[in-house]
Amino acid sequence: MKLKTLMMGAVATAAMAPAAFAERGSDGQVNIIMWQAPSTMNMYLSGGTKDVIAASMVLEPLARFTPEGEVVAWLAAEVPSVENGGISEDLRSVTWKLKPGVKWSDGTALTSADVVFTADYCMSPEGGCAQLAKFEGVESVEAVDDLTVRVTFTTPRPDPFSAFVSGQAPIIQKAQFENCIGEAAPTCTEENFNPIGTGPFRVTEFRTNDVITFEANPEYRDPDKPAFATLVMKGGGDPASAARSVLETGEFDYAWNTQLAPDVLQGMEAKGMGKVSAAFGSLIERLEVNMTDPSSSLPEGERSTLKHPHPILSDANVRKALSMAIDRQLLTEIGYGSAGKPTCNLIPAPEAWASDNTECLTQDIEGAKALLDQAGWVPGADGIREKDGKRLSLLYQTSVNAVRQDFQALIKQWWQEIGVETELKVIDASVYFGGDPGSPDTFQRFYADIEMLANFFEGGNPEPYLAQRTCNKAPGPDSQWQGENINRFCDEGYDKMIAELSGIVDPAERGEMGQRLNDMLTKDSHSIIPLVYRGTASAHSNTLGGVQLNAWDTELWNVADWYRVKE
Amino acid sequence: MLTFALRRLLLAIPTLLFISLVIFLLLEASPGDPLGDVPLTVPPEVKARMREALGLGQAWYIRYVLWLKQFFWVEPLYWFDQAFGTDFSQGMQRVISFQSRQPVFDIIAERLPQTLTVVGMSYLAGILIAIPIGILSAYRQYSWFDQLGTFVSMVGFSLPTFFTGVVFIIVFGIRLQWFPSIYDTTHRVTDWDSFVFQVRQMAMPVAVLALYNAAQISRFMRASMLDNLRQDYVRTARAKGLSERVVVLKHVLRNSLIPVVTVIALGLPVVFGGALITEQVFKVNGIGQLLILAIHANDIPMVLTLTFIFAILIVGFTLIADLAYGILDPRIRYD
Repeated sequence: MKLKTLMMGAVATAAMAPAAFAERGSDGQVNIIMWQAPSTMNMYLSGGTKDVIAASMVLEPLARFTPEGEVVAWLAAEVPSVENGGISEDLRSVTWKLKPGVKWSDGTALTSADVVFTADYCMSPEGGCAQLAKFEGVESVEAVDDLTVRVTFTTPRPDPFSAFVSGQAPIIQKAQFENCIGEAAPTCTEENFNPIGTGPFRVTEFRTNDVITFEANPEYRDPDKPAFATLVMKGGGDPASAARSVLETGEFDYAWNTQLAPDVLQGMEAKGMGKVSAAFGSLIERLEVNMTDPSSSLPEGERSTLKHPHPILSDANVRKALSMAIDRQLLTEIGYGSAGKPTCNLIPAPEAWASDNTECLTQDIEGAKALLDQAGWVPGADGIREKDGKRLSLLYQTSVNAVRQDFQALIKQWWQEIGVETELKVIDASVYFGGDPGSPDTFQRFYADIEMLANFFEGGNPEPYLAQRTCNKAPGPDSQWQGENINRFCDEGYDKMIAELSGIVDPAERGEMGQRLNDMLTKDSHSIIPLVYRGTASAHSNTLGGVQLNAWDTELWNVADWYRVKE
Repeated sequence: MLTFALRRLLLAIPTLLFISLVIFLLLEASPGDPLGDVPLTVPPEVKARMREALGLGQAWYIRYVLWLKQFFWVEPLYWFDQAFGTDFSQGMQRVISFQSRQPVFDIIAERLPQTLTVVGMSYLAGILIAIPIGILSAYRQYSWFDQLGTFVSMVGFSLPTFFTGVVFIIVFGIRLQWFPSIYDTTHRVTDWDSFVFQVRQMAMPVAVLALYNAAQISRFMRASMLDNLRQDYVRTARAKGLSERVVVLKHVLRNSLIPVVTVIALGLPVVFGGALITEQVFKVNGIGQLLILAIHANDIPMVLTLTFIFAILIVGFTLIADLAYGILDPRIRYD
């Protein structure tokens, strides 16, 4: 921007006072490529990351997360806290004050009624709102005056930043969506594709799963922003061609989620047209160890349920040995390059919650062998260990994905070295993550001994994420195989600590408790074997300035600050 | 001929209904879930609510009958309303895509022009290249031209478009930078320059598909010409003292075109169906790409509607091919 300013200034001095900033719309057009094409601009109906990212340029929340994971006021005047009276003493209500003078792109003023309406829209039972979890535990949302909203919770909330916070739960305009509530929500095609927002851009044309064109919002609250007059978001293709169009041909300025093999990306970056940067949130690639017996000899409805503990993996020593045999450093280098870090933790951030657990980072094949010997698993004739007639043979499944298949092959090799036989299985991602209760191949069903996947939590509060591992959340036939406790970890002590955690208010104390819970799942029980702390990687051109990736909120959170770098 | 056509049309109705049921049941039985794209952070209860909002709570036969009603009753009514400004379809639910909640036919209408221009152009180019090559290769059988033609068509046959497409992009898009590697679907042709740009961005996908089409059709053309060149009537024509030009282009070519026209007609549904892989490679927002995206997202109404339209087109063009055969070849009579 500085060079740009200088040049503009030189021109402007002749006529008037030098401009302090670039004017709105002075930098022409910016092109973004998303290899998964957005299919709607209403993230309340979709929940897909691609749709949330597209919509985040138009719709804005009251507050959002910075790349460091801290809450920052966005449409709100300030972040509510107990000190400024925004959060009540009993932690049961939050009062948000809106920034005065914010306008929708149609020129009308943003008021508390819009905020209240947003809550009603998402909490309407027939609507099928994808972000309902953000409004969980909300008792009521009421307008105190035109610019003040009070959110009341059913129980005290030490961390109330879920509803109206982050790009997933922004404010929609009441006047526009009034007739789209509940069952009518999906039929409002025009509204869902062209939402009126307060953000830096507004939609000019929406083509489903193809191209969205935006223009600068004339009512945007900062008169100098955005620097770009128009923005084109093209969808479709694959990560490789998206990265190529930014790094090699320069047809696009920004490519979302270019998760490719590190050597491929390096080859593309060598052209010098752009670079790939990564941001780290809470995404952890991990192995889930099945604590229950998935054997096909059990009757249907009892496989992989708490009724039958796993015959081999119930032995804590086996789980520990499996973890010890893995070289996480090598996996990270091969699979993710600079967009990954080896880790032993399930909760890698925020800082207060991240345990100092680094023991697993060095591979220890000999140690693993010794541990198995001690535990009575002795090598048989073919080198595979046995104990009480049980062979140490495991089925290891994951989704179809080049990096994951590399990981499978490497890990199989290491386990072979310590005398564990591994059978590999790959499942199409749409089936594996699909959650179809009728399919035996979903990750929730877990008809395997080990499975690999990545998961994360949103916002700065890992509590709900840790609470997924309580006994009652194990998937089973009674719950249609839905449930978040994937590996069926069940420990009364853990459940008790989770219950305690929700009552703790002091952030330091909460973090400490969180670290203990994290350790129980990882280094104490090895029921979860974390592998890589993954970042989200995106490519951007060298001529695009102001890009700041954000893994805690949507990637385009600061698109208003983007500008064209002039040579 | 008319009764034959009528009989075939009537027979097509149960066939198509059966096809639609089979497609529906296949989609129903296939693994995968429309909510597969929803992040894992969305809890299962919320997913269950979303599933119900999509209408997935009902039994499969109810959903099938509902789709039939939407496809055969609500959609025609809606088009009628659009054409004549009436409002018979007021308040009726059209076929809605799971991904975008937009009516499926609106999306198809938005994408059909791109498919027709790119795939249609490649088909046309393919035919225009294939026919002369076929004629010449047959007339000068085993000459160097024939050998070359055979080689090129073998290449066209055996190299899949997802390979040639990527090779083209790397050579002409990245190394030489002659053509854009990504199709700009918002581009509008208004003047000479924008027309040139349109030609440049269509060049690679059209070339890839034309190579493939030409390979197939030129082989048919060559074989058909060879059959006819050995016929008695050709010798008679030559004996009459007709010039080689008249013999080949009038007598032989006309008779040889009969089976080729059938092959071309049978291939026409593809022009509407789009090129699944090529469109994906060059990011042309056509029908083929739409189908792939819908399959990935388990968008059942979209996949069902698209595949059913393909079924209608295939049944329709098969009938047209049969009729064309009857018209072109006097030896064939259907009554």
